[in-house]
Amino acid sequence: MTSIDLGLPGLRGVPTADEPQNRKEYVSDQEVRWCPGCGDYAVLAAFQGFLPELGIKRENVAMVSGIGCSSRFPYYLSTYGMHSIHGRAPAIATGLAVARPDLSVWVVTGDGDALSIGGNHLIHTLRRNVNLKILLFNNRIYGLTKGQYSPTSEPGKVTKSTPMGSVDNPFNPVSLALGAEATFVARTIDSDRKHLTDVLRQAAAHRGTAIVEIYQNCPIFNDNAFDAFKNPETRDDAIIPLVHGEPIRFGTDGRLGVVRDGFASLAVREVASLPGGEADLVIHDAHADDPAYAFALSRLTDAGVLHQAPIGVFRSVDRPAYDDLVRQQVTTSKETQGPGDLQSLLTGTDTWTVN
Amino acid sequence: MGVSPLPGGIGCLHESSGRPKLDLEMNRTVTIEVRQLDRVVIRFAGDSGDGMQLTGDRFTAETASFGNDLSTLPNFPAEIRAPAGTLPGVSSFQLHFADHDILTPGDAPDVLIAMNPAALKANLRDVPRGSTLIIDTADFTARNLKRIGYDENPLETGELDAYHVVPLNLTGMTVESVKEFGLTRKDASRAKNMYALGLVSWLFQRPVESTISFLETKFAGKPDIRDANIAAFRAGYNFGETAEEFSVRYEVKPARMATGQYRNISGNLALAYGLVAGAQRAGMPLVLGAYPITPASDVLHELSKLKRFDVTTIQAEDEIAGVGAALGASFGGALGVTTSSGPGISLKSETIGLGVMLELPLVVCDIQRAGPSTGMPTKTEQADLLQVMFGRNGEAPLPVVAAQSPADCFAIAVEATRIAVTYRTPVIVLSDGYLANGSEPWQIPVIEDLPTIDPNFTTAPNATNDKGEPVYLPYLRDPETLARAWAVPGTAGLDHRIGGLEKEDKTGNISYDPANHDLMVRTRQAKVDGITVPPLEVDDPDGTAKVLVLGWGSTYGPIGAACRRVRKVGGKIAQAHLRHLNPFPPNLGDILRSYDKVLVPEMNLGQLAMLLRAKYLVDVVSYAQVRGMPLGAAELAEVIGNLVEETEGIDDDARHLGADAAAVTHGEALHDPIAHNGHTSNGQSSNGQSSNGHTSTGHLNPEGAR
Repeated sequence: MTSIDLGLPGLRGVPTADEPQNRKEYVSDQEVRWCPGCGDYAVLAAFQGFLPELGIKRENVAMVSGIGCSSRFPYYLSTYGMHSIHGRAPAIATGLAVARPDLSVWVVTGDGDALSIGGNHLIHTLRRNVNLKILLFNNRIYGLTKGQYSPTSEPGKVTKSTPMGSVDNPFNPVSLALGAEATFVARTIDSDRKHLTDVLRQAAAHRGTAIVEIYQNCPIFNDNAFDAFKNPETRDDAIIPLVHGEPIRFGTDGRLGVVRDGFASLAVREVASLPGGEADLVIHDAHADDPAYAFALSRLTDAGVLHQAPIGVFRSVDRPAYDDLVRQQVTTSKETQGPGDLQSLLTGTDTWTVN
Repeated sequence: MGVSPLPGGIGCLHESSGRPKLDLEMNRTVTIEVRQLDRVVIRFAGDSGDGMQLTGDRFTAETASFGNDLSTLPNFPAEIRAPAGTLPGVSSFQLHFADHDILTPGDAPDVLIAMNPAALKANLRDVPRGSTLIIDTADFTARNLKRIGYDENPLETGELDAYHVVPLNLTGMTVESVKEFGLTRKDASRAKNMYALGLVSWLFQRPVESTISFLETKFAGKPDIRDANIAAFRAGYNFGETAEEFSVRYEVKPARMATGQYRNISGNLALAYGLVAGAQRAGMPLVLGAYPITPASDVLHELSKLKRFDVTTIQAEDEIAGVGAALGASFGGALGVTTSSGPGISLKSETIGLGVMLELPLVVCDIQRAGPSTGMPTKTEQADLLQVMFGRNGEAPLPVVAAQSPADCFAIAVEATRIAVTYRTPVIVLSDGYLANGSEPWQIPVIEDLPTIDPNFTTAPNATNDKGEPVYLPYLRDPETLARAWAVPGTAGLDHRIGGLEKEDKTGNISYDPANHDLMVRTRQAKVDGITVPPLEVDDPDGTAKVLVLGWGSTYGPIGAACRRVRKVGGKIAQAHLRHLNPFPPNLGDILRSYDKVLVPEMNLGQLAMLLRAKYLVDVVSYAQVRGMPLGAAELAEVIGNLVEETEGIDDDARHLGADAAAVTHGEALHDPIAHNGHTSNGQSSNGQSSNGHTSTGHLNPEGAR
């Protein structure tokens, strides 16, 4: 298989397309069957629009999903795809990525799929740093099973299975990913196509596991769960934008900013109240080696009602990818011991002959 | 005690030759007699930390390189180090070797090497009276004895009088023999297993070079330990040569086997090699996804060493991820393999079902152990048959094959690969703890003689749509095999999506159509039902038997040995063994119906029997045993003999096929050895009771000595 270095480490080994592609080529012939108004439509459109710019052969893109509304995603893309079983997509994608360095492998999952039934596979994939990209659609509800609370639902959430309110404490997916030693962790919003595409681009470029939490609205079972981030009146104060190398400043007229606050913590303050003004703000460093900083950033998310959350790339650091290391051992083994001679393996060293 | 040790209680001896040896210390000449035996069962037993498995492995290697036929049975606790000196901490290794073709590790040892009191106590019940006990006396202190329930020292009470006891301070002699290396007493005494091995190697005239070079390699980085072990091994050997206790050595001539090149191989190693061979014959890289579990982990370990054969191993975070990674690799065009045991197979069930739906190759190896739940991890059983047949939601048929001996694990893995790749389906390979850890000589196959396997990837459109344009239909099937057209990612123009949702026929698109679901369910079943498997062969020497014994899996050895016993006493018995459990061989129904009785021995409560009754409406007789140990040949021979007697209508007070068959000497020999004179008085137990398979008794039918 031919492969050309595109300059994007995440796509090293994936063959490039012979000709420029357009969005339509990535649209499959299958009718999209999400509910009207579902945030998944926006993500699908953004993704279909984004894939051509990678310039890789369409047949070398593989989508693997689990179970849930978002996991129908692969059917709607004219790439190779597998709609697998609940929670197992990261494990299946790991085997695929290890076996096929010439593929760009994407996992599509949701808050129930990735964080509940498939939690173990998620954290171990992140820890290993397999070269695959995980799109985690977080709508904070179980949609496909018609409206039970999820591991990201706020405490007290009243659903069919929690008529008196949920007593579960939710996960903060970004904190979880960082705790699992993820090398690339980002968050974006379904309705902000520009930001979404920009984050996807950075994720694709990353060598190793890139996990992108996408705040995604479920209009049927959890409508307006992210209203604070979408309503023009509130969103400026809700979204804490993360731009590498720039001070973390946000809010109407930039009135708010993020400062260091005690031991390994960060806090949001009025810039005007700071002795040094903007100079006191934290300069975002996504490449910081110590994950404590990114973790502190993730804690600025109020995981309950979600009035405020950082959006962007929390962490992007280099660490060898699992699948590269696995393949390297195979190569090294062949180089040092020579390619395997099966007959001599079967014969071994301790034989006798009967005449 | 004090009697001349090692009399003719061991197997059968034919001839003796003598030569003088000089006892240096006593300065007198004694004669060392060499007695011929046709077979010996020897068991090494000690504490988990005493290195009994290693000792057994080495004795096996020496025996294999000498050219005997052999069969082994390691038996060890699940605890890595149970408290030293206790009964639960006893680990043992049994080896049966012979000058003829044998099938089992033997029911009972002729020689027991017991390295401590617990090893003696835990194993004595298996040892027939008249057998030889070589006992390390170093740990026979009042405290140690009391701990395991001996109020008095059994070496002194006379309770072992029916045995030929050789009490030796093996530990003390080991420490003495390695004193020049300046080790602590504890370190020095750890070489006692090598001392014992040396002694037994002398006793049975085993070649010793391979053990010395093994020790040189194993302890290359620790010269002191290396030299001490080699010194202890040599000292044990020399002790036999010089000590007064031993005036007899034994010789078991090489076995007459088919011409060819042989090696010894264990089931798990054979399985690993078979998977690699299957992948190579298919031209596919192998990707193993596995999670450590007893007794399957050795397959992971072995494959992990074989990266240069395009083998990738992923030690996954759990059983589910193991099979998931394997299936993902298969989606990418590799041969996905996962290895586990019963509890792990339970966890993998949903993903295996996905494999059934996706119709992708996947080899799932279930090295069965005693269940349910955690059960007895280090003990053998074959009670996962119904789990692998039916343990998935929905109609999810898949092929099942089962290895019948340690070496057969190789061939069965190649066969599983053939089926998986040819028919695009998960395949279950059943092995078990007995096969996994047991070993036997293996005639090394020639690679070119193995079947070629054609993945037959689809690389171009295979149909046209209603507009006349070429398209790829992922669920278009080969009319012969019903295998679907398989295009792997990276194939231009054939991109497609598959998943666990029901597929539309041919297109593979999601479909909830009732008629389509019915068609697809039936088609998946028909595909598995139509897999080509070889017809079942029946061993029915003169074609007049009325009773058939039908088994599957690791009972092959004990059943075969039991049938030989029955035939020796004149019983007519047919034997057949299933390697394909789904689908069954095409002639199985006819075979079942052509016998008056069909006996199905299993290490479960009758799982194959249930399948046979359901499918063929034949009233098979189930013989079920679930003790975590292989079936015993003598016991099985009695069951078979009784059934033959009953079926044939034999009503003769003078003849008891079952009891006679159970008591046959040389039960596993196809043909008796040349002479048959070995039953010395010492071979009889003190109370006149027969010792199964080791001493001839009064009611043995003379036909047995044919």
